[in-house]
Amino acid sequence: MNDNWNDVCGTDDLIKNSGVCALINGKEVAIFSQLTVANDSLQNSVYASENYDPIGRANVLYRGLLGSVADKTVVASPLYKQRYCLQTGQCLDDDSVKIDVYPARVVNDRVLIKMDTAQ
Amino acid sequence: MTQTKTSNQTHSSATPRVVVVGNGMVGHHFVDQLTAQQPSANITVLCGEGRLAYDRVHLSEYFSGKSAEDLALTTMKHYQELGVEVHLNAWVESIDRDKQVVITQSGLSVSYDKLVLATGSYPFVPPIPGHQQAHCLVYRTIDDLEQIEASADSSKVGVVVGGGLLGLEAANALKEAGLETHVVEFAPQLMAVQVDAGGGRLLKDKIESLGVQVHTSKATEVIETGDRCRYKMCFKDGETLETDMILFSAGIRPSDQLARSFDLAIGDRGGIVINDHCQTSDENIYAIGECALWQNKIYGLVAPGYTMARAAVSHLLGDSTRFEGADMSTKLKLMGVEVGSIGDGHGRTPNSLSYVYENQPKGVYKKIVVSEDEKLLLGAVLVGDTSDYDTLLQYCLNEIELPDNPESLILPSTTGAAPALGADALPDTATVCSCHNVSKGDIVSAIDDGNCELGQIKSCTKASTGCGGCAALLKNVVDSELSARGVEVKKDICEHFAYSRQELFHLIQVGRIQSFDDLLNQHGEGLGCEVCKPAAASIFASLWNDFVLQPDHVSLQDTNDTYLANMQKDGTYSVVPRVPGGEITPDKLILLGQVAKQYSLYTKITGGQRIDLFGAQVEHLPDIWKALIDGGFETGHAYAKSLRTVKSCVGSTWCRYGVQDSVTQAIELENRYKGLRSPHKLKFAVSGCTRECAEAQSKDIGVIATENGWNLYVCGNGGMKPRHADLFATDLDTPTLVAYIDRLLMFYVRTADRLQRTSVWMESLEGGLAYLQDVVINDSLGIASDLENQMQHVVDTYQCEWKTAIENQSSRKRFRRFVNSDSADSNIVFVEERNQIRPATEAEKKRMASSDERIKVVDVTEQSVAHTKNLQPETA
Repeated sequence: MNDNWNDVCGTDDLIKNSGVCALINGKEVAIFSQLTVANDSLQNSVYASENYDPIGRANVLYRGLLGSVADKTVVASPLYKQRYCLQTGQCLDDDSVKIDVYPARVVNDRVLIKMDTAQ
Repeated sequence: MTQTKTSNQTHSSATPRVVVVGNGMVGHHFVDQLTAQQPSANITVLCGEGRLAYDRVHLSEYFSGKSAEDLALTTMKHYQELGVEVHLNAWVESIDRDKQVVITQSGLSVSYDKLVLATGSYPFVPPIPGHQQAHCLVYRTIDDLEQIEASADSSKVGVVVGGGLLGLEAANALKEAGLETHVVEFAPQLMAVQVDAGGGRLLKDKIESLGVQVHTSKATEVIETGDRCRYKMCFKDGETLETDMILFSAGIRPSDQLARSFDLAIGDRGGIVINDHCQTSDENIYAIGECALWQNKIYGLVAPGYTMARAAVSHLLGDSTRFEGADMSTKLKLMGVEVGSIGDGHGRTPNSLSYVYENQPKGVYKKIVVSEDEKLLLGAVLVGDTSDYDTLLQYCLNEIELPDNPESLILPSTTGAAPALGADALPDTATVCSCHNVSKGDIVSAIDDGNCELGQIKSCTKASTGCGGCAALLKNVVDSELSARGVEVKKDICEHFAYSRQELFHLIQVGRIQSFDDLLNQHGEGLGCEVCKPAAASIFASLWNDFVLQPDHVSLQDTNDTYLANMQKDGTYSVVPRVPGGEITPDKLILLGQVAKQYSLYTKITGGQRIDLFGAQVEHLPDIWKALIDGGFETGHAYAKSLRTVKSCVGSTWCRYGVQDSVTQAIELENRYKGLRSPHKLKFAVSGCTRECAEAQSKDIGVIATENGWNLYVCGNGGMKPRHADLFATDLDTPTLVAYIDRLLMFYVRTADRLQRTSVWMESLEGGLAYLQDVVINDSLGIASDLENQMQHVVDTYQCEWKTAIENQSSRKRFRRFVNSDSADSNIVFVEERNQIRPATEAEKKRMASSDERIKVVDVTEQSVAHTKNLQPETA
C-alpha cells in the first residue's frame, strides 16, 4: 500500500452524517461520514478536509453541519455558516476561498486518508 | 526562464503578443479581462516586485492579521493555468520602440506587438531636510508594511505626514500597532479632496476621540534628532513634535520614468498621456492605472484603473468600450468612522446650492450639493453615517430628478423608513457595482438568463465581489426584479423541502415522523442542510421531546446544540448553567468559581442574571459539566433555541415596594418551561411591582405583579429590534397565568417561522394582538386544551441534557477533540487581560509565530490554577 495512505481510526469512531477530527502528521483533518441510500442499499461516503476554517480562522470545520447543495455534499462552518464542497474544497459562498480536501476510503473497517507527509 | 526572444516571429500571427509591465491590481485586472475574453491570448507579464498582484485597498488589514497570502489576488499557478508567462523581479529598464522589444535589468528581452504599461505610482515624499533617515518610511507596498512593523516594534510614538485617505489608513495601522499616533496635515483639514470644511471638522473630532492626535495647517520644515524620542519635527509656526518614526503619505506620483526615458508624451506634472482607448502617443503602447494621465487627470482609485484596463482590452480586441473618465465617489470606514464623498461635494459648480445637516451629539454630518434648479444632485459629503450613500450616488450618477424637498434625503426621518430610492426607480444604465462596472441592466440580463439566486448573480456578473459596498443595493435590485417577474418570494425553508416551517411542523405532527431520514424520504430531497436540519430537530423536540443527542438527532443540530455549549470565535465554548430566577446560593457561587479556576475559564455575569464561563475546550466540556451537575447545577440551554432565563427582581420578600413574590414566580416559570424547544430563543421576566425592575416589558413573556395578581405582557423584545411588550391580560391568578402562557407559547411553537421571535411572529399574524387574545383567552380555535396537553408533555419529559450526556458513554465520545490523539488544538491561544484569559488576536498570534518576539501566553493545558509564563507556541 502507498505510504501516503494514513490509517487514522476505525469506522466506529466516525459519527454518522456528522464529523470527527484527527491529527495527521501534525495537521488537523476533519473526517465526515455521510450515509445515503442508493439502489436500496446503504452507502457510507467518507470525506476528509482540512479542519481550519479560513474565514472564521479557527479549527472547527468538523463541528459543522453536513448537507447538500444540488449534487454537492457540503459542510457548513459552525462559525459563520459558509459552505464548503467536500468533493473539491471550494467555498460556495466565496469563490476566492478553497480548503484542502484529501482522498478518504474505508478498508476492513479502518478509515484511511491520503495525505502527503510533506504537508 | 531567461531565454532571449526575438521579435519577428509573432508580428504577423493572429493573436498579438501582449507584454504587460507591472502586476499591480490594475495590471492584474487587465490580464484577467483579456484572458477571460480571449483565452488564446499571448501574454507575458513583467513584474518588478518579487510578488504578484495583491489587494492594496485592504492593505491595512495586514496589521489586523491578514498575511501577504491572504491579500494576494492571484498565484503563479493561476497564471500558468491561464497560459500567461510571468517573470518576477523583472524590472524593465528600456524599451526599443522601433524593434518593439522591452529589456529588463537582468538582460531579458521580450518582444511585443502591444505593450501595456501598468507601472502604477509611488508615494510622494516632501523634500524636508532629514526625511531620509532610517525610521522615515512610506505606506504603499507589503514590503513597506514589513518595514513599518519592524520600526513600530522599537517605537513608542509615530507620526503620519498627510491627512488624506491613505494617511488615515496608515494612522490606523500605527494605532493598531500600539503606538501613540499623530497625523500632521499641511491643509487646514483632513481628507481635503473628498470632504468639505464642515465634514473635515467633524472627522477631526471623531478621529481625535479615537486617540489619534490631529495637527492641521502644519508645514514641516526640518526633521532633527529628538530629546525624548528618536526625531523632532520642527514646524513653520515654531512648534515641534517628537516622534520615533515618521510615515509619509502625502500623495502619489505616477511611475512614468520608463515612458519619460523613451519619449512617450508626458503631462506637465507627470503621468503618461493616454487617449480614450488608453493608448499612449505610441499606438502600440497602452498605459493604464495610476501611471496614466487622461484629460490631464490621474485617477488614484482602483475602480477607474479597472475601467481603463477594460477599455484597453476592448481596443485590443477591436471592441468599442472607451475610457470616458470615472466617478471618484468613495465610501469607506476609517478607524470605524464612516466617510462618504460623492461627486462635487465641495459645491464648486457655479450657482450650485447646498443643504447641510449636522448632528454634533451623534457625530453625524451630511451635506448635499444640488443644481441651481434643485432638480439634480451634484455631490454629497457624509461623515459619521453613510447609510444614505447608495441612494445619493444613484441620484447623482444617473441624474435622477430629485424629490421636491431634496433635504429629505439627508434629514433623519421622523416617520419611520428613510426615503430610500427604490431599486425599480433606477434606469438600466445605473451602475450598481462600480468596482466591476456592473449596471442594473447587466443584473437584469443575468436574471433573464435564468439566474434567480443572489449567489449565482454575484458569480456570473461579479457584482459585489470587489469592495462589497453595493451588497445591499444589489440585493434590492435582485429582489425587486424577481418580484416584478412574479417570482414569488418563496416561503420554502430551503432547497430540500418545499414547505414553510409551519407546514413541516404539521407534516411531522400528523405523520408522527420521528427521524430526519423519514422526513427527507417522505417529503424532501437531497441530504438536507444547515437550515432544514436544525429546524427539523427543533420540531422533533417540541413534539416528541427526545434526548437531543440520541444518535438519530445528533447530526441535525447546530454545533451549539451538539456540544450543549456556545461556540465562540476561536472554536472554544462558553458554559452557562441554569440559575432559575437569578437566585443562587453561596455554595453554588463558590462551586462556579472553583470550576472556572480549575479549567482557567473567563467568567462574566450575563444580562439574564447568570454566570457565563468562557474559553472551555470541547474535550473538557463533559468534565466541567460533571463537576457542575454534581454540585446541583443543570444545563442552562444558552446554546439552544429554547427558554433562556426568567429574570426577576427581589420582590415582596425583601423589597419595601414589592406587592407579590416575584422570585418564587420566576423560579416556578423557569422550571416549567426550561427545555422547551421553540422557533427561536425565549426570554421571560417577572417584576414584583409596577416599578418593573426586572424589565419584563422587553421580554417575550413579561409578568408584572399587581395588588390583585399578575399582569401578563407578551411578545416584547430587547436586542437588535426592541419592541415593547403588549399587555395581554390583567390581574390573573397563577393557574390562569400558566394556562395562558402554555397556550400562547405552544401556539407560537406550532405556527412561527424558523428563527422568528415572538415579536415578529405576532406582528405577522393577521389580526395581531386581538387575534392572539381570541385564540388564547377565548379559545376561538377550540385548541386550548390541545395546546396545554402538548405543553404538559414537554414539561413531563424534561431531562437535563448534560446529565444524560455525561452518563452516556457514546455521547461522551462525541467530545473527543481528536479520534487518534490526546493533543489539544494548537490554534487556541489565550493571553491575559484584567487577570483573566481572553483569546489572542490574530495579530498577537502572528507576532508570536514570528521569530523573536515573546508574548505572555496563558497556559491552560495543565488544568491547574491559571498561571502565566513565557511560551513559544507552535507555529500555526
